[in-house]
Amino acid sequence: MTTITLTKRAAQFAVIALAAASVTACASRPKPDTMPPTPPAPPPATQPSTPPPPVSQGPLPGTQQDFVINVGDRVYFDFDSYSVRSDAAPVLEAQAAWLNRYPSVMIRLEGNADERGTREYNLALGARRANAVRDFLVSRGVSSSRITTVSYGKERPIDPGTSEDAYQRNRNAHTAITSGAR
Amino acid sequence: MRLRTLFVALTAALLSAGALTSPARAQIEVDVNRGDIQPLPVAVPGFRGERGAEIAQVITSNLERSGLFRPIDPAAFIERDLDIRYQPRFADWKTINAQGLVNGEVTVDATGRLTVNFRLWDVFAEQQLLGMQFTSTSENWRRVAHKISDAVYERLTGEKGYFDTRVVFVAESGGRIDRIKRLAIMDQDGANPSYLTDGSYIVMTPRFSSTSQEITYMALRPEGSSIYLFNLETGRRESLGSFNGMVFAPRFSHDGGKVAFSVERGGNTDVHVMDLRSRSSSRLTSDPSIDTSPSFSPDGSQITFNSDRGGSPQLYVMNADGSGARRISFGSGRYMTPVWSPTGEFIAFTKQAGGQFHIGVMRPDGSGERLLTTSYLDEGPTWAPNGRVLMFSRETPGGASRLWTVDVTGRIVRPAPYPQSGSDPAWSPLLN
Repeated sequence: MTTITLTKRAAQFAVIALAAASVTACASRPKPDTMPPTPPAPPPATQPSTPPPPVSQGPLPGTQQDFVINVGDRVYFDFDSYSVRSDAAPVLEAQAAWLNRYPSVMIRLEGNADERGTREYNLALGARRANAVRDFLVSRGVSSSRITTVSYGKERPIDPGTSEDAYQRNRNAHTAITSGAR
Repeated sequence: MRLRTLFVALTAALLSAGALTSPARAQIEVDVNRGDIQPLPVAVPGFRGERGAEIAQVITSNLERSGLFRPIDPAAFIERDLDIRYQPRFADWKTINAQGLVNGEVTVDATGRLTVNFRLWDVFAEQQLLGMQFTSTSENWRRVAHKISDAVYERLTGEKGYFDTRVVFVAESGGRIDRIKRLAIMDQDGANPSYLTDGSYIVMTPRFSSTSQEITYMALRPEGSSIYLFNLETGRRESLGSFNGMVFAPRFSHDGGKVAFSVERGGNTDVHVMDLRSRSSSRLTSDPSIDTSPSFSPDGSQITFNSDRGGSPQLYVMNADGSGARRISFGSGRYMTPVWSPTGEFIAFTKQAGGQFHIGVMRPDGSGERLLTTSYLDEGPTWAPNGRVLMFSRETPGGASRLWTVDVTGRIVRPAPYPQSGSDPAWSPLLN
């Protein structure tokens, strides 16, 4: 996990953490997600007499935003495959750790497929992906009673494009928090 | 939506008994099985009477769209005062090379009842091939036109028509990542489209019963999926039930008594079947692979389905009790969505190979594979009730999904007459 600390004033810190998946993605594969550009450090205040602007504190721990930004809510799969890839495992480890830290959180695992398949086959494929993630999280101590699964097949692409990169982004399992977050 | 109660009656099929008892004398016919067929030139002048021009236009469009007929531009017509009580002036029609001529007359009585008489003529044999009369309520004039189209099609091709039918499909709107999908229905020529669901949840893969005005479809919500039965005549809609897993890919048996479908549990998808009378269901496959897209043979004895048990999605056929599964697709590529033809002769499928998608057909033993279409994304064929034409979804890269048709020879590929975005078409049986 990359952590960038921006020091504005001695007593105030803004912490922005980027999703682990983006950083550890295997170089031989298309980038699974668009990494937000590293925000430039704000310029130093030139007018000391002006009160400093409010400083972003990042998401509060235990919130949905914390999960999405600091853990990562999506992992990616190879074509017609539901094996958990090496770049997905650290994200799922982090998801399990976070879920174990916040045991009242309930989740829905949503399996998705790219459009290069038929509607029905891709529903079955998306279900395999959701269940592969479910099995991983359960093996790391997350109770199965906190997890439901659904497959959207190819009905819910996150990238409207038709490049191999777009297909790659659309082959994923999304961990949606349904309740229990702060 | 309730299906309008229809009274289209064939009241006088034999206005010209002489012509019908000697069909072998007819000179014109369309051989639908020839790959290089030239469309038959036909003339369909506007019928006399109220709605007569519109009825002739619907017939003209139907015949033209089949690809088997070439309607002649009415501007070329010489005889303008046709009367169904008299023979046409055949010489006038020979001059413009009309081989078939359809003329008719519409009368509407004081109660609003519509009566249409029509004749089909073999121009070069100077012979009447058909003389019929249909009566209906006047708002059903389009259905009368479809019935006449079917009669003409059947007389000239020797096969049942498919024009008095409807298509249920998924109407799509919105962008690619927030697409709204609504169940919809229209006449096969695109007329009378209407929505059956409101778009608040995803619907897909509607399928018609081949014996009644009933459909089955899948609804997908974040909480899970359901399969519904929906009777279009009564408006009654009911869920197939709860199966402790995702359910999808429903399809009726040809007698309408059963629905085969997929149930996914713990990532494993199997084919199940439910008897609709007893509501008892059983699992037909138990392989740890994906087993989906089941489709019954017309006699109900076998089911073709899609499985990746061999490592990639391929087509299989098993007995209706789940025994004796055998693979039938062996070409290169991935084969999906097998659909048994109403005649039993073919299994249509979606094939993915070399970065392209195809609609194809093969015999139920896997022989005789023919690819009928090629595009970026073709999928989900449905058979017209006569087994002559298939409708399917076609998507261009980054574009909207549209409905298309192709005939079983693969020669006639064209957009279906629905100008909006749609997918997952399913053809109805011939209406009564």
